[in-house]
Amino acid sequence: MKRNPKELDNSHRTVTRRTLVLGGLQLGFAGALAMRMRFLQVDQADQFRLLAEENRINIRLLAPSRGEIYDRNGMIIAQNSPSYRIVMVPEDAGDVEAVIANLSRLLPLDEEDLERARTEMRRSRPFLPITLADQLSWDDISKVAVNAPALPGITPEVGLSRVYPQGEDFAHVVGYVGPVSDYDLSKMEDPDPVLLTPRFQFGKVGFESKLEETLRGKAGTKRVEVNAAGRVMRELDRREGVAGADMQLTMDAELQSYVQARLGRESAAAVVVDIENGDIRAICSSPSFDPNLFVRGISVADYRALTEDPYRPLANKTVQGTYPPGSTFKMVTALAGLENGVITPEETTWCPGHLEVSGRRFHCWKRAGHGHVNLLDSLKSSCDVYYYDLAIKVGIDRISEMANKLGLGIRHDLPMSAVAAGLAPDRAWKSRTYGQDWLVGDTVNASIGQGYMLASPMQLAVMSARIASGRSVTPRLVKSVDGVEEPSGAGTPLDISETHLRHVRKAMYAVSNDRRGTGYRSRIIADGMRMAGKTGTSQVRNITAAERAAGVIRNEDLPWERRDHALFVCFAPFDNPKYAVSVVVEHGGGGSTAAAPIARDVMLQALYGGTPPLDAYPAGDRRKIEAQQDRLERERLKRAESGGNDQA
Amino acid sequence: MSYLEYHAKSTPTGLRKIFYLNWPLVLLLSAAAGIGFLMLYSVAGGSFTPWVEPQAKRFMVGLGAMLVVAMVPIWFWRNISVLAYLIALLLLVAVELFGSVGMGAQRWVDIGPIRLQPSELMKITLVMVLAAYYDWLPANRTSRPLFVILPVLLIVLPTFLVLKQPDLGTSILLLAAGGGVMFLAGVHWAYFAAVIAATIGLVTAVFQSRGSDWQLLKDYQYRRIDTFLDPSQDPLGAGYHITQSKIALGSGGWSGRGFMQGTQSRLNFLPEKQTDFIFTTLAEEFGFVGGVTLLVIYMLIILFCIVTAISTKDRFSSLVTLGIALNFFLFFAVNMSMVMGLAPVVGVPLPLVSYGGSAMMVLLAAFGIVQSANVHRPR
Repeated sequence: MKRNPKELDNSHRTVTRRTLVLGGLQLGFAGALAMRMRFLQVDQADQFRLLAEENRINIRLLAPSRGEIYDRNGMIIAQNSPSYRIVMVPEDAGDVEAVIANLSRLLPLDEEDLERARTEMRRSRPFLPITLADQLSWDDISKVAVNAPALPGITPEVGLSRVYPQGEDFAHVVGYVGPVSDYDLSKMEDPDPVLLTPRFQFGKVGFESKLEETLRGKAGTKRVEVNAAGRVMRELDRREGVAGADMQLTMDAELQSYVQARLGRESAAAVVVDIENGDIRAICSSPSFDPNLFVRGISVADYRALTEDPYRPLANKTVQGTYPPGSTFKMVTALAGLENGVITPEETTWCPGHLEVSGRRFHCWKRAGHGHVNLLDSLKSSCDVYYYDLAIKVGIDRISEMANKLGLGIRHDLPMSAVAAGLAPDRAWKSRTYGQDWLVGDTVNASIGQGYMLASPMQLAVMSARIASGRSVTPRLVKSVDGVEEPSGAGTPLDISETHLRHVRKAMYAVSNDRRGTGYRSRIIADGMRMAGKTGTSQVRNITAAERAAGVIRNEDLPWERRDHALFVCFAPFDNPKYAVSVVVEHGGGGSTAAAPIARDVMLQALYGGTPPLDAYPAGDRRKIEAQQDRLERERLKRAESGGNDQA
Repeated sequence: MSYLEYHAKSTPTGLRKIFYLNWPLVLLLSAAAGIGFLMLYSVAGGSFTPWVEPQAKRFMVGLGAMLVVAMVPIWFWRNISVLAYLIALLLLVAVELFGSVGMGAQRWVDIGPIRLQPSELMKITLVMVLAAYYDWLPANRTSRPLFVILPVLLIVLPTFLVLKQPDLGTSILLLAAGGGVMFLAGVHWAYFAAVIAATIGLVTAVFQSRGSDWQLLKDYQYRRIDTFLDPSQDPLGAGYHITQSKIALGSGGWSGRGFMQGTQSRLNFLPEKQTDFIFTTLAEEFGFVGGVTLLVIYMLIILFCIVTAISTKDRFSSLVTLGIALNFFLFFAVNMSMVMGLAPVVGVPLPLVSYGGSAMMVLLAAFGIVQSANVHRPR
């Protein structure tokens, strides 16, 4: 088709015109793109630069090493030991199941752990390590290392785990650590982010829990560059954390170990307090348990065995357990009487074996009665009627006041779990709690540490220390934190006349050293080591009038949980008191037979700083004591051996 | 006999043609590709593999193809336009029927050793067939309804096939490029007004169809539109691409973080960093300066095409040149809008820079036609 030139020119002009229009539009759009670029890259550059940094930089926490715990002589109680675990990087392993099968031929793998690992694997990215087995021995690790070629993607890793080399001796004091649970986190207001790191160990019970923050330290941080998948490309910088503070306890591990062994399988508690400064030298609750079991994750069977034991091994009876103090409370009533001028030491009371109070008959433990008794006799032979009479005269409020002064019914602040305040009741307390008036019968019961009266073994030891020193001795468990000495618990002079205290102390001396004293059989005869004490036998049941008429059933004939608690408190040496000891044997029967012998052995062990010479004991006891010392020594050696195996 | 053949005796012949090539255009294309190599080297972490090497080879092959195409007289290309268009259309039908499936879309067809993306081919052949059509059509009939319907059909047919693949990005490009050629050819304004109105209607229809049985787009495309409208609603899911891309761009600042220093691309925060999102790496590492440089190179390429188009009196030559330029423009405009958060993520590569063989070779061959128009211009 031949086009005429005019038409061509026309169409050419049209194309040119339209080209310019379209070209202009394109230029305009390019300009808009440039403006947008300017907006993003110049105006908002800082904001986006920040976002890019946030993208690429990840802050990782470096777990601080937990503070270690020592006894007063530097013996280790809680330490951080290397713990070996096997981790697998699924990406490197290739056939994960085949590798697991190979591994299980080398070491026993827990099916439960494996299931958890598989779940974790499905959820996390393939280059992140997954723990297959934890808390392995060095032997297992070497087996894996030798067979490394058959185990692609498997690496042994070493971390730090809490170990308690003293085993069950310190279980109740120090407690234990365990992995942080969701429940633990739910109780915290603003949990330290380091707690969220997997397998982080955290104080669960006892000292470890109470002083968690001090022991834990501060986490360090490490800034790493990560890619979009979260894989770490390199470390940018790190700021080291602060290790947890090391703690030194006031306790003596050797003494503690002895006391624990001496209590044996009894359901009992014993406390040794240094009268000079309130240092707790030993504080044992028996039976105990191995805290290391909890660190590793206790098996269901082991846990059930512990919770179903009627002797309650998990309970810390020294501070959590409260018992009617029984006759060990009589010093408090006596001092209340003396201080308020109600009695003099020489005044006597007639004990016919019972006292009639507002139509009700209150019995003395000795049916025949003690006859005329003064203060010294009343403590020595533990006459009840003397205290019934005295208490009615002095009144409950003054007795309660004296009890508080001597450390009963008040909470001593110790870094242990569930420290009980006990109870020294008064009128106000009863009306507050029960909405009832205080009855004179209540006073009579309270006078001999029965009824509402409750005290923990630790409080009883503090009471003895305060009577012995006349100062407000305060128990102290932590000697120093990171080498810095904690304030002493020596206390200030109590507002009690020294003369009155001396009378009570003399009476306590008579308990242990007078031929007719209730604690005479458990005396110490070494010069300068003489002991002053007080027995206690507290009822856990009511004795009906019918039973009394028929003759009170003897403890040996009762089921264990209805027998009397046996108590003994003491201090020694009498001339220059150094230690106060309290012993409570749950349902042990009589204080003089069940508790006093233990208290004497413990006291001697403390006084001599080791096994005491046999001639500190009365001649008649020596053969029995020698046999007992041999047996305990053998047990100690055996335990040390198995403990040694545990650590390897 | 058309204008060109009539004046054929005044066009250069033989090897002399080489001197009539538009060398600045070759240089600009090479510069754009060079920037591409640089960025591919960077996103590979400082390595020629796996991207720079094959890309450079393809560029050389493409450049060779461009020269060969440029040597062939432009009227030959006009004469085979209809055939080329039909072949491309046939291939589109073929991928619809037998094409392999990749990334949720049927886009490829294997012919012997060559893996071809027919939609790429269609972008050029559509422009060619439309230019040939208007070259044949007397100018006074351009705006007659009957003669408007035919090119519209030529555009709509492949667009529909591409949309069904589904490849929203390419179908929009086809529509825009075809419409652009019609506009350049002088079709009356009123038609475009009508088309724009119809487009608004279509967009409405697309959104209305959502969730119904006759849903026009795949779910992922709807989600991409959603997140385009508000990327912040799902920063780790569907909005991730746009958010990360904007972060990369913005963190570049004025002069960038330095070659190979872009953390967003180096640490894989950028999706498809070697293909559709390669511009973000450029902007991150060379900043505003780098981004604008590439934009200027692109605009200069457009400018050279416009100059070529205006200086020829042949309708086919100028329309095909402008159509190819428009195609090129749409490529980078859509891609850049996408990475800057101005348009949905539709999967359009950055021409000459993004990694990808078929697009680059087709584009270079198309510029061969532009060169041919330039060489065979009667002087």
